[in-house]
Amino acid sequence: MTAGTAADTTDARDEAARATEAAPIPPWSDGLPTGAPRFESIGELREALATVAYLADDGLAGVVYLADRLAKPVLVEGPAGTGKTELAKSVARVLGARLIRLQCYEGLDESKALYEWNYKKQLLRIQVENAAEPGERRAGWQEIEDDIFTEEFLLTRPLLEAIRATEPVVLLVDEVDRLEIETEALLLEILSDYQVSIPELGTVKATQIPLVFLTSNNTRELSEALKRRCLFLHLDYPSVERERQIVLTKVPGISTELADQVARIVRSLRSLDLKKHPSISETLDWARTLVLLGIESVDEKTATDTLHLLLKYRSDIDAAAKELNATKPGS
Amino acid sequence: MLDVLTGFVQELRRAGLPVSVTEAADAAEAIRHLPLEDRQAIKYALGATLVKSSSHWRAFDTAFEVYFSMRGPQYDMEGEPSQEGDEESARGSGRGAGRGEGEAGAGGGELVTPEEIAAMLYKALRDGDQAVLSAVARLAVGRYAGMEPGRPVGGTYYLYRTLRNLDLDGVLARLTAEAAAGMLASGGETGVETPAGPVLRGRPAGQLTALEQRLLEDEYKARIDQLRREIEAEIRRRLVADRGVEALARSLRKPLPEDVDFMHASREELVQIRKAIAPLARKLQARLARKRRHLRRGALDFRATIRHSLSYGGVPAEPRFRHPKPTKPEIFVIADISGSVAAFARFTLHLVHAIAAQFSQVRSFVFIDGIDEVTSIFERSETVGEAIHRVNQEADVVWVDGHSDYGHALNVFWQRWGQEVGPKTSIILLGDARSNYHAPEAWVVKELRHRARHVYWLNPEPRSYWGSGDSIVEQYAQFCDGVYECRNLRQLEGFVEHLV
Repeated sequence: MTAGTAADTTDARDEAARATEAAPIPPWSDGLPTGAPRFESIGELREALATVAYLADDGLAGVVYLADRLAKPVLVEGPAGTGKTELAKSVARVLGARLIRLQCYEGLDESKALYEWNYKKQLLRIQVENAAEPGERRAGWQEIEDDIFTEEFLLTRPLLEAIRATEPVVLLVDEVDRLEIETEALLLEILSDYQVSIPELGTVKATQIPLVFLTSNNTRELSEALKRRCLFLHLDYPSVERERQIVLTKVPGISTELADQVARIVRSLRSLDLKKHPSISETLDWARTLVLLGIESVDEKTATDTLHLLLKYRSDIDAAAKELNATKPGS
Repeated sequence: MLDVLTGFVQELRRAGLPVSVTEAADAAEAIRHLPLEDRQAIKYALGATLVKSSSHWRAFDTAFEVYFSMRGPQYDMEGEPSQEGDEESARGSGRGAGRGEGEAGAGGGELVTPEEIAAMLYKALRDGDQAVLSAVARLAVGRYAGMEPGRPVGGTYYLYRTLRNLDLDGVLARLTAEAAAGMLASGGETGVETPAGPVLRGRPAGQLTALEQRLLEDEYKARIDQLRREIEAEIRRRLVADRGVEALARSLRKPLPEDVDFMHASREELVQIRKAIAPLARKLQARLARKRRHLRRGALDFRATIRHSLSYGGVPAEPRFRHPKPTKPEIFVIADISGSVAAFARFTLHLVHAIAAQFSQVRSFVFIDGIDEVTSIFERSETVGEAIHRVNQEADVVWVDGHSDYGHALNVFWQRWGQEVGPKTSIILLGDARSNYHAPEAWVVKELRHRARHVYWLNPEPRSYWGSGDSIVEQYAQFCDGVYECRNLRQLEGFVEHLV
């Protein structure tokens, strides 16, 4: 460090140190049931995921491991078809936990995401009371009111269900970017405190902290409040080596040579300027097709003929076919 | 550790990343759970807690490499590594490149001849050997970069010097040629072990097909990219050792893609902006479509109300409304594409055409001192990128000398297309309004304002420069509905949203 900058950098540091000290007590430090950690180490987690045919790289396994240790949700973002939803499913499989899934869409509201009062049943309950024989004692207003707002009349929806579960669960909130920005707020209480407030019943706290995954295709910027509560994981297209491994694990009966070739061709395609690049799931579809067709080695013709499995736009297919068949000048 | 971390968080904030206090606390908590010697794990932990947007990852990456760089005696600036460094680099390079070169590598940068480095580089790239690749990077930086202690630079110059001396294009050409020839000669028996090993092994002798050729080249390119990254890391390491963390972080700090100034963007930054613009357009599209759908309700739909009331025994308890059909604006973009503002015009045209579905019609006009309509070029082209390329080649925009003349361009626009401007049209004028002291002809803008719904002017210059020198934006501004400073993607995005 040079002398001239010493003064202002120490200032900045002090400021940062103060800011960190003044930070509010993090929500996971007390008040929450801290279960035993689910995974011993990052390496163990990665191996466990590999046994259910999900190949994680270091970053991915590290983030999931931290999510468990810090009891924080993971926000997974990335292009379509890179295994975001699959990650949650695989983790659930590894833990032997139930997967509770909330598919988000525009117009999703409390009654679909959190809970709803079963008003038909409530109505029935009241009518039963009214139909009582004249000689019998009738319940008072207060009694009925207390009675119809109990758990018996509560319909749990995914979020509440995940909180109330006593067995291990993994909660997956899929495509959270499809929610309107106002509806996002529904999630906040759950994500930070793992509890749901029901006005008539009080607050339902989690008995055990579920692992929570949120996925996003990044069609809009999520709110700061939501992002702040989550660990952020960006899933991108894999490297050639990892993609080859994925193809080998997921496609039965494929030869190493073919898998290698598939991974390389897909990499070449991703380097082109296309509307939509092939995703991992499309790579797998392609590899499976090649195996079914009994092809051992891809040449230009097979590649061009089967491109429609990898690319979904006419203009993309044309561009890629042209590119793959082009002979380099001077070769 | 906490000290380093707070310094790091400060650096991220200075680079423009929004890092909140809770997030910093999370990061501190996160690294407690990880073994400190696992650098990758720490990196991802910090990334997951501090960076909440993938476009910020690059800035984070740079800062991380500087703050948590590998430090040790073997990375000293002086080029004379200590004993441990020697052994390590000897082991590293010895594995793949043979004993002789390994020993040469051990002597530090000075003793290796350029030929030896070139030979090692060739082998490393051919075999794709990680360890040798990093050894080459280390040697090459020591030999070629010519780093001088204490110079306040970010290292781009050193990188350039190293790469120029390594002649990577030449190596690439040689590798490809030899791989092809090797296939011909050996026929996959013994001979040269090609890097495409699994792909080509066992194939009969013969010319490489175009596909194989391409795959091979991509493979080499990937390796060269990796080498480049290794060299960058090596240079950074040495710079950190020389000048300290914070000084270097300051010189490496770059604006985020959405904050890069259009007028002063470097070539690399322009590429980044271009990459950022596609997701931006997609996001904008989704957001605008959603907004339109959720706009307030339309007029009462009498039929639907009556029909719905039947379920309440004929009592119209729940009124029904028509879906509103908000009119989509028609857009005329008139862009100055002369050298000084070309990049700005390009990005704006790109963005407007990418969200064309939000408008009933988009027509584009480009000018320098002459003006030409380019709408059809956009319609005929597959991608916006291609269209913009063709605009630059095909549009007839030079009238006299190819220096901006706003007055003449507007005048011609008025004569040829003025009649087509109607009450639904919004006109967007793009340019810095530096008209080389020609007559401004501001009356055209005034007339346009009368006919059109809105007239906006986007100026890529900082507001403080407006009206200085030959800038006549003030003369036009009096007739516009709004003049906006539009220097980076963030401002551009804001304007487009406002427009719809």
